[in-house]
Amino acid sequence: MGELRAYAALASAQIRSAATYRSSFLVELFGNMGATVFDVLTVLVLFRATPAVGGFSLWEAILIVGLSSAGFALADFAVGNVDRLKTFVRAGTMDSVLVRPLRALPQLLLMDLPVRKVLRVALGFTVLGVALAANDIDWTPPRVLLVVLAPVTAAVFFGSIFVISASLAFWWVDSGEIGSAFTYGGRDFTSYPITVYGPWFRNLFAYTLGFAFVAYQPALALLGRPDPLGLPAWAGFLSPLVALGAVVVAAAVWRAGIRHYRSTGS
Amino acid sequence: MIRMRELHKSFTVRVKAGRFRREKRTVAAVDGVSLTIGRGEMVGYIGPNGAGKSTTLKMLTGVLTPSSGEVSVCGLTPVPQRTRLALRIGVVFGQRSQLWWDLPLRESFALLRHIYRVPAGDHAARLRRCRELLDLDEFLDTPVRQLSLGQRMRGELTAALLHGPEVLFLDEPTIGLDVVSKQAVRSFLAELGATGDVTLVLTTHDLADIERLCERLVVIDHGRVVHDGSIEALHTRYGSRRSLVADLEKPLPDGFELPGASLTAVTANGHRVTFTLDSATAGAAVAGLVAAVPVRDLSLVEPDIEDVVARLYAER
Repeated sequence: MGELRAYAALASAQIRSAATYRSSFLVELFGNMGATVFDVLTVLVLFRATPAVGGFSLWEAILIVGLSSAGFALADFAVGNVDRLKTFVRAGTMDSVLVRPLRALPQLLLMDLPVRKVLRVALGFTVLGVALAANDIDWTPPRVLLVVLAPVTAAVFFGSIFVISASLAFWWVDSGEIGSAFTYGGRDFTSYPITVYGPWFRNLFAYTLGFAFVAYQPALALLGRPDPLGLPAWAGFLSPLVALGAVVVAAAVWRAGIRHYRSTGS
Repeated sequence: MIRMRELHKSFTVRVKAGRFRREKRTVAAVDGVSLTIGRGEMVGYIGPNGAGKSTTLKMLTGVLTPSSGEVSVCGLTPVPQRTRLALRIGVVFGQRSQLWWDLPLRESFALLRHIYRVPAGDHAARLRRCRELLDLDEFLDTPVRQLSLGQRMRGELTAALLHGPEVLFLDEPTIGLDVVSKQAVRSFLAELGATGDVTLVLTTHDLADIERLCERLVVIDHGRVVHDGSIEALHTRYGSRRSLVADLEKPLPDGFELPGASLTAVTANGHRVTFTLDSATAGAAVAGLVAAVPVRDLSLVEPDIEDVVARLYAER
């Protein structure tokens, strides 16, 4: 209880600090909204050239985009801040975080309350909502459950990817934008039906790393379409388990990373 | 209160070994430190740059994981029990701020009350005491980014003490401060130490901090403890001696010798002489000198700790 109040105090401090820089806040707010608009535009442009991509119609593809961007925006809002870890590690300011009586990860996340990213979350869910209405979905109870769980599951999965790629900085201070290959790269990967990718690339990203379970498999399960790649129809319902696995891996990587932190000379 | 046994920390560094080649090398920053520090002790922890002072402090506070060895602070193991330990220790890293850059000092203090879950009464009492002793009132409402270094450091000290820590770790608390601010920080710490409730471990490059505050001095070099004891013990060990400086009416006669002392300098055309007292007492030396030549002025110079430490560092 006391600990929750401590985190709340930390968050309120961040809001008050941010309020001292008002104009940069507005610029970022609109910059962020632009990003999601472009995700949707890319898909629309693609379908102007061809009526189907990887065996999927426009609205089916938009459903995949919607699931992916709603999940990603939610994850980016909640834990996207973790990518400033590399700055903290490089400057050694992680020291100040580690001498406080609070857990390190929540502290980092609360270093900045990204109100500017809220618009992006709203936009992601709007795209998802429109796609759900436009597709002819047979609403069975399991599908209702899935549609509620899927964006959250996707967010948890992306959140874990955010934490893992940020943790690279503990071992490799100049990790730079390598982590973005997995976070933003992962979002782009999951925005399309995975049937469009070549086999080895697909096997690595979709199945080994689990990105297929972010949007593609849940979308199939919602649409009631058989998987052209041969997984059973209920595979989409496995998404929460895959996300849970990602959380376990992320927690282990983070913990190992903290112990590997080497600070800087002072 | 603090126990370290055979504590080691080594880092792997990559060294350029050619245009593209890089070699991995292991550097021991702390190389087998064993120390026990009791409740209420004030310990100065000194050493040249890169000796391993900060690394030790970071292992004691749970920031760094030791490579090997044992460490316990307040009966807790720093890294696994980091958050519990943090409630019982205070930390001031001279180069890293604990305060909120964009918020007034007053708000930082209020936030720390929630973060450390301090009862409002205790918090108010401790803050009142720090405000008096450190003269915080004039800048309590200024955003931290606008404070001078001396003001900020006084804020950092307060921030580290508001939760009533049992152990206070100070990493170069006077670095970069002007004389007045240094004095303010030192007398505040002296007062704090005099209560006997707080164990204080301080690293510094300014030996005046140590002379003023610490009875026990630990000197570390190349990651090892090279001296652990009082400042007097250090003087005895390195044979630092007092010296007698005298202004004379006329130069010393040729071949003059003072039993138990050696002539180390003659300046001002022979009118100023310096003797180092090897075995002679100050009284005997003065009497011997006055008997030989008329003396205008005399002074007795205590050994300088800076010299002793410089000699200690040079020995490596």
